[in-house]
Amino acid sequence: MYGKGLRPLSIATVAMIAVAFSLVFFYAPLDADQGFIQKIFYLHVPLAITALVGFVVGAVFAILHLRSGDRRWDAYSYVSIHMSVIFGVAVLITGAIWAKASWGHWWVWDEPTLVSFLIVFLMYATYYPFRYAIEDRDRQARYASVFAIVAGAFVPLNFMAVRLAQSLVHPRVFATANGGLPGSMMFTFLVCLAAVALLWVTLVKLELTAKSASGQLKRLRRALDAPASGGGSPRIAPEVS
Amino acid sequence: MPGFLFAAPALPLDEAGKYVAGAYVVFLLLLVVYVAIMAAKLQRMERELRELAGFAENRVQGEEAAPTDREGVSA
Repeated sequence: MYGKGLRPLSIATVAMIAVAFSLVFFYAPLDADQGFIQKIFYLHVPLAITALVGFVVGAVFAILHLRSGDRRWDAYSYVSIHMSVIFGVAVLITGAIWAKASWGHWWVWDEPTLVSFLIVFLMYATYYPFRYAIEDRDRQARYASVFAIVAGAFVPLNFMAVRLAQSLVHPRVFATANGGLPGSMMFTFLVCLAAVALLWVTLVKLELTAKSASGQLKRLRRALDAPASGGGSPRIAPEVS
Repeated sequence: MPGFLFAAPALPLDEAGKYVAGAYVVFLLLLVVYVAIMAAKLQRMERELRELAGFAENRVQGEEAAPTDREGVSA
């Protein structure tokens, strides 16, 4: 059900990432201030935006789950958050590399942008133990949805607070009074953002397809494991771990 | 291809280049690890499906054989 259109989507994603990276290294000009190091911006920022939007998307799916009671929305919410956490790992690592190259430190604890993202990331890292600590499937889905909504509401609030805060070293690029990006850099950035967002969508679809297939397999095992109509049928094979 | 590389802006492999390469390699590595995990999952599901298909076939054969045995007993 979820796998429909996965192949063209995957091909489009690979093509889009190839185009985006080509633009980064062969089209976008070198930054006058940071030089070649600034190329990390085209990877780090789209990953961060996609991860944060993904958390909010997870909250929207959680609302739909609580409204309808449809477990499908819970699966969407879980997979959105799961993928955003993976993207969050990439954001933290690429950010640390950029920080080391620009500021000479892997991490700066005084910087609100860095610390706020870490807080959001760690908050979502608790989603897994919280979710899987509950055995009853319906309660698990309900409580996980409540968590996703509360945490999802925190993401934009956190983002606004950071924008209002006085930044020490982390640059503010968009919507600033003292300049943004020149045209060619902005174009490259938007292509990179589209490529990373497309990658997120593709991986979410892939994960949903795998989860759906796994669920179907469990159903099949249960159906086969049930006693045959004649009775006395031997039990089916043990579950493959 | 070399001409294409020359047309590109400078690709310095000095200190800055190493960090940029590091960031992009980390991203690609994470992607490869994720895809490898998904491939392992897919293999496990395939194995399980094959196993279930085998048991389903055995069960059908067993059910087909069972009435014949009963007929033999009653006769």
